[in-house]
Amino acid sequence: MTQAPSRRDLLKGAALGAVAIAPGLTLIAPAVQARPAGIPASAVNRWGLLIDTSKCDSGCTACVDACKTEMGLPALDRPATDAQYIRKVDVKDPKTGHQHSLPVMCQHCAKPPCVDVCPTGASMKRADGIVLVDRHICIGCRYCMMACPYKARSFAHEDQSNQKAHNPRGKGCVEGCTLCVHRIDAGGRPACVEACADTGRAAMIFGDLNDPNSEISRRLSKEASSRIRADLGLDPAIRYQGI
Amino acid sequence: MGMRAVMLALLLVLMQWQGAWAAEAGPQFPKAQGQCVEDAGTMRRHHFDFLKHQRDDTMRSGIRGAKHSLKECVSCHAVHKDGKAVPVNAPGQFCASCHDYAAVSMDCFTCHATTPGEGKP
Repeated sequence: MTQAPSRRDLLKGAALGAVAIAPGLTLIAPAVQARPAGIPASAVNRWGLLIDTSKCDSGCTACVDACKTEMGLPALDRPATDAQYIRKVDVKDPKTGHQHSLPVMCQHCAKPPCVDVCPTGASMKRADGIVLVDRHICIGCRYCMMACPYKARSFAHEDQSNQKAHNPRGKGCVEGCTLCVHRIDAGGRPACVEACADTGRAAMIFGDLNDPNSEISRRLSKEASSRIRADLGLDPAIRYQGI
Repeated sequence: MGMRAVMLALLLVLMQWQGAWAAEAGPQFPKAQGQCVEDAGTMRRHHFDFLKHQRDDTMRSGIRGAKHSLKECVSCHAVHKDGKAVPVNAPGQFCASCHDYAAVSMDCFTCHATTPGEGKP
């Protein structure tokens, strides 16, 4: 069986080439590359985020707003039923009074409970670790919403219009953060990360947790980070610092 | 004899009218811009199989850029009127005209965008 060269192999090649041209120079980790047409997502990658909550302002909603625009989520001003893929959570230590704010979205668990409970197989984990809802076969039972310890998923209660071409969504299906899978497949980064870098305080980094040379992996190997509800052992791909 | 001639003439006229009606029968729909990924007969018979097969490849395996994409259908088959794209599932448009004629409901567009580009109008 022949296998297409992995991204890691390509990067190795690129690094060797660069060393030959300019020895002694430290390479900046190359940007994430678009996957060529016809090639499926692979377990070589595991996409994740590192969120530095010390940089996250409680008043800033750049990531939330960017997500709504990117994914075509209407603001109907009905907080109980409006779809939200990402939300800001403000937390306070009652003993010390220390407050901070952090964005919470689908944590793209390695062992996602939403996938375990789904009766149809609609709730699924892609090979590269992105947890998605296949709305073609979602029956809207909402077991996954109950199983998710992060309250990450929403349910479309109403007929939808003005959907984005890259985020089809309709009444009767569960939905949630896709880690902007359409952008990742095209070599980009999630809309929330981009908005945080552009108009926020650059608290979020996106990258490949499986690639030891990615910025996110290098930081995670050097700095302390935590997972929300690490006690559940779900191994989320979203890591936090400062909580 | 006169009566027979009149009847025959009437019958001929009726048949002609029927012939004309038969030519107009079937759905009328706007022509696409550009070349289709398959020939028209194959698409008429199998477009739903193509779409259903590819949707699983794209959604579940992450295979992008394959041949039978609903987005591409919409981008070629949506008509532009006054600078705005008309939804392909609007009455008389490409998807709706045949599906209405055949009385086959489509579920694609309860979720999928019906105009090219970013969103529905």
